[in-house]
Parts: sequence; C-alpha cells; structure tokens
Amino acid sequence: MSRNPGRPLSPHLTIWRWGPHMLVSILHRATGVGMALAAGIGFVWWLVAAATGPEAYATFLAVATSWFGYLVAIGLTWAFFQHMFSGLRHFVLDIGAGYELKVNRTGSLLTMAGSLLVTFAIWAPILLRAASKGAQ
Amino acid sequence: MGSGTGIGRVRGLGSAKHGSMHWWRQRVTAVSNLLLATWFVISMFRLPSLSHEAVVQWIGSPLVAVPLVLLTISVFYHLRLGLQVVVEDYVHEEAGKVFFVLLLNFYAIGGAALAIFSILKIAFAGVSA
Repeated sequence: MSRNPGRPLSPHLTIWRWGPHMLVSILHRATGVGMALAAGIGFVWWLVAAATGPEAYATFLAVATSWFGYLVAIGLTWAFFQHMFSGLRHFVLDIGAGYELKVNRTGSLLTMAGSLLVTFAIWAPILLRAASKGAQ
Repeated sequence: MGSGTGIGRVRGLGSAKHGSMHWWRQRVTAVSNLLLATWFVISMFRLPSLSHEAVVQWIGSPLVAVPLVLLTISVFYHLRLGLQVVVEDYVHEEAGKVFFVLLLNFYAIGGAALAIFSILKIAFAGVSA
C-alpha cells in the first residue's frame, strides 16, 4: 500500500507510555499466534498418530515427553490461560464495561497474574513428581 | 451497485460487506472454544494415562468423539479468523497479503480435516493397540 510520506503517522508503540493494558493486548495476539501454530500442529499430530497406530503414537509420545516437549507444553499452558483470561476480559470490554482507568489496569494485571498462577499450579506438582521419581 | 441509499452505495465494498460478521464469528467461536477447551483440558487430566490404548479408548466413545470434532471446528475457525487479522495488520503488500491468507486457509482447513478424519477413524473403525 502506498503512503504519502508528507502525512503524519498515527502514534505507535514508541510514543505511548507503557501500561499493563498494552502488554495484555500484545500478549493476547502473541499467545493466539503461538497456539494457532504450536498447539494446532501438536493437536493434529497427536490425533493422526493415535489413528495411525501404536508405533506412530510412540514417536509422538517420545517427542512430547522429552525436555523440549515439556518446555513447549509449559509454554502452551501459560499461553492457553493467558489467552483465555484476556479473552474473558475482551467479553467484558465488548459489552462496554471496564474502560475506567483503574478497572482496566486491574483487569489487565489480573489476566497475567492468573495465567502465571494457574500454569504454576498445574506444572509444579507434575515436575516435582518427575523430579522425585528421577531421584529414586 | 445501487445509486440511491447510502447502504446501497457501500454494499459489496470492503468492510461494509462482511466486517461485522468476521467480528461476530470470532466471538461465537470464542464462547464455544471456552466451553469445549475447558472440557478438553479437564478430560486430559482425568485420563488414566496418555498411553495409546487409553487415548484410543477415550476417543472411541460418542460423548468424546463428537465434542472433540466440535472443538476442532471451533478452534480452527477461530484461529483462521484471528490470524487473518494479524496478516492484514502486518503484511502491507497486496500480493503478500493474498499469499499468507491463502496459506492460512490451507493450514486451517487441512489441519482441521486431518484431525476430524483421525477422530472419526478411531471412533468408527477403531485402531488396534
């Protein structure tokens, strides 16, 4: 698209003072794209492997339970809850509520605190169990 | 193109055609994602194990296969809509925009088809463990 360089640009990221509402908006998009690719491909691979047979499924499981698989799974867990909580925030904004500065800021921070908390609550027991099994 | 009313003149031009439908479907699939993905995550935790036998047996039940197919449709439709906006925001050349949206459509429809076929194969034909 051609743009007349004589015309002013709308202010972008570098102009505004950073706030949690900006971060949560960017995270919503980043986690959406990340899940669309990583979780999408993982989900399809899981189902195709299961439908193909035990050997194909064993290959999937070997990758999924490697350290890399765990890393991706932990990242996707956080992305899932971040996207879900900030999606719920979008529903609130869609009905025209939550635009007051303080409410908006608190809501944004809550999505991030919530996603980190739930990710920790899910993975800490799993990793602790794996670690204690490895120590035996 | 109509020449009378305002709506007649803009009908068929860009966002006047389907902008609100895109927005609305993003919300509809967001609600169905919320319900189906919550069910899916809880189900994953309730499975006795992620072994081939356990997973195939789980998917074989109608009350699992059907929501799993619906989840696939809902999620892949939602991601298709979402990533289209991302492409439109960041790819400025018309040719690149067409290319990436085409690629996105192939990914979303191809991925969903593979997943749904696999679910139905497990449910209808079964897979020997």
